[in-house]
Amino acid sequence: MNDMLKAVGNVFLKMPKGFVVTFKHLFKKPVTLDYPRKKKPMTPRYRGKHYLERYDDGTERCVCCGLCAAACPADAIYMEPEENEKGERRASLYEINLLRCIFCGFCEEACPEEAIFLGQEYEFSDDNRNSFIVDKDDMLVPHPRKDNPLKRIYRRVRKVYGVVDEH
Amino acid sequence: MLEVIIASSIKVVFVLAAVLTGCAYSTYLERKVVGHLQHRIGPSYAGPYGLLQPIADAVKLMFKEDVVPDKVERVTFALAPIISFAPALLTFAVIPFAKDDNVFGYDVKMVLSDLNIGILFVFAITSIGVYGIVLAGWSSGSKYSLMGGIRSSAQMISYEVSYGLSIIGVILIANTLSLRELVDQQASTSIWFFANWYVFKQPLGFLLYLTCAIAETNRLPFDLPEAESELVAGYHTEYSSMRFAMFFIGEYANMLAVSAVGATLFFGGWQGPFVNEVPFIGMFWFALKVFIFMFFYIWLRGTFPRFRYDQLMNFGWKVLLPLALFNTMVTGLIVVKGWF
Repeated sequence: MNDMLKAVGNVFLKMPKGFVVTFKHLFKKPVTLDYPRKKKPMTPRYRGKHYLERYDDGTERCVCCGLCAAACPADAIYMEPEENEKGERRASLYEINLLRCIFCGFCEEACPEEAIFLGQEYEFSDDNRNSFIVDKDDMLVPHPRKDNPLKRIYRRVRKVYGVVDEH
Repeated sequence: MLEVIIASSIKVVFVLAAVLTGCAYSTYLERKVVGHLQHRIGPSYAGPYGLLQPIADAVKLMFKEDVVPDKVERVTFALAPIISFAPALLTFAVIPFAKDDNVFGYDVKMVLSDLNIGILFVFAITSIGVYGIVLAGWSSGSKYSLMGGIRSSAQMISYEVSYGLSIIGVILIANTLSLRELVDQQASTSIWFFANWYVFKQPLGFLLYLTCAIAETNRLPFDLPEAESELVAGYHTEYSSMRFAMFFIGEYANMLAVSAVGATLFFGGWQGPFVNEVPFIGMFWFALKVFIFMFFYIWLRGTFPRFRYDQLMNFGWKVLLPLALFNTMVTGLIVVKGWF
């Protein structure tokens, strides 16, 4: 009898509370993301895949000094120097092994020419180990930048104040 | 005679298609609603809003390898999914789904078979479904399956009694076992179209029916036969491919069946506004009521955790059965004294 009264009491007093709680949650915004179709913006200082900057006239900023390779704790960077047609030093070969890289950002800090940056990209999985060794062609930003002039000014301002650029 | 056969065939195909589609989209509804209850988005890839997900699931299940483990009782193993699947569909044979109408010059009864013991038929048939589960558990030759099957049989025995008693009240008042007549009795011409629904005359009976129906269909929070956290998947642990799909469809068809019977007994079946003017709208009202039942089931699943085994037994024997007996007694007294 006691069990029965308790159960009936639960049905009318406690169970509706539970139903109300879950019903409220039915209309809340889902916390999961419809991932490959919708992406969360990364933070501006996110350290993703590297990219190499150019001067505004299109020449590469990198002079192949080797400071990034020296700073790299994972020993992921390898480079070979050469001279361009104006007699300036640049890299003939610049490779980063993304499987070794720990994305610490030391290369970025070490760079005296502000040439290498860690970008926003994080989707570079592959089924082939060789494809993780990226070279200069993979990392250099395209020469006439596709973005608008306002963005370029913004980028320059941010570079002055030492904030990592968005790619 | 030929006309009757053709008309019946069309009705059978229609009802079968409706029920199977209903089963398929119940899985979609469940995944979506439970997903949103848990702040997820649910299936969203196949088609707009993931609407083609049930079809993708069906195709996937059909192409899966049918694994039959070594130590199963082969005949029983093959038979069990069918035994659990077929009765769930058979239930719909006696459920009226719209007002009788004149279609292309023929008077069509909107029920597959107007049995005068309809409700008895439903309860007899749904009870057969449990044999499928018990046999599946026994023939699989796996400890988890066996545990699931045994739990299922114990649960059925406990809840079948209250399940049967919970509708006695309605039958006492209605004085008929035919589902068609039960629906007719709940008709109301006034603006209060729901005034004659039996849920208002039998509130306790309705609550008992709802609870026992969940236990009968092995749904959460009464899903002990397939308790994932304890028994892997319970009675269908060893099943795969279409055999598993048959258990799966059977479970959802059972849910639809008890929802349909609940709607018919307590919520006036296809009765609703404008059924006399547009007889076909009854189908819509009926579908709507079944949908609300299904939504409630899924909502319940998203709200409460599974019972412990002893709690289940205590609840069945010490709470539901006395309440069902009490309800039957009081209703009987009222009917005999003529207070209705």
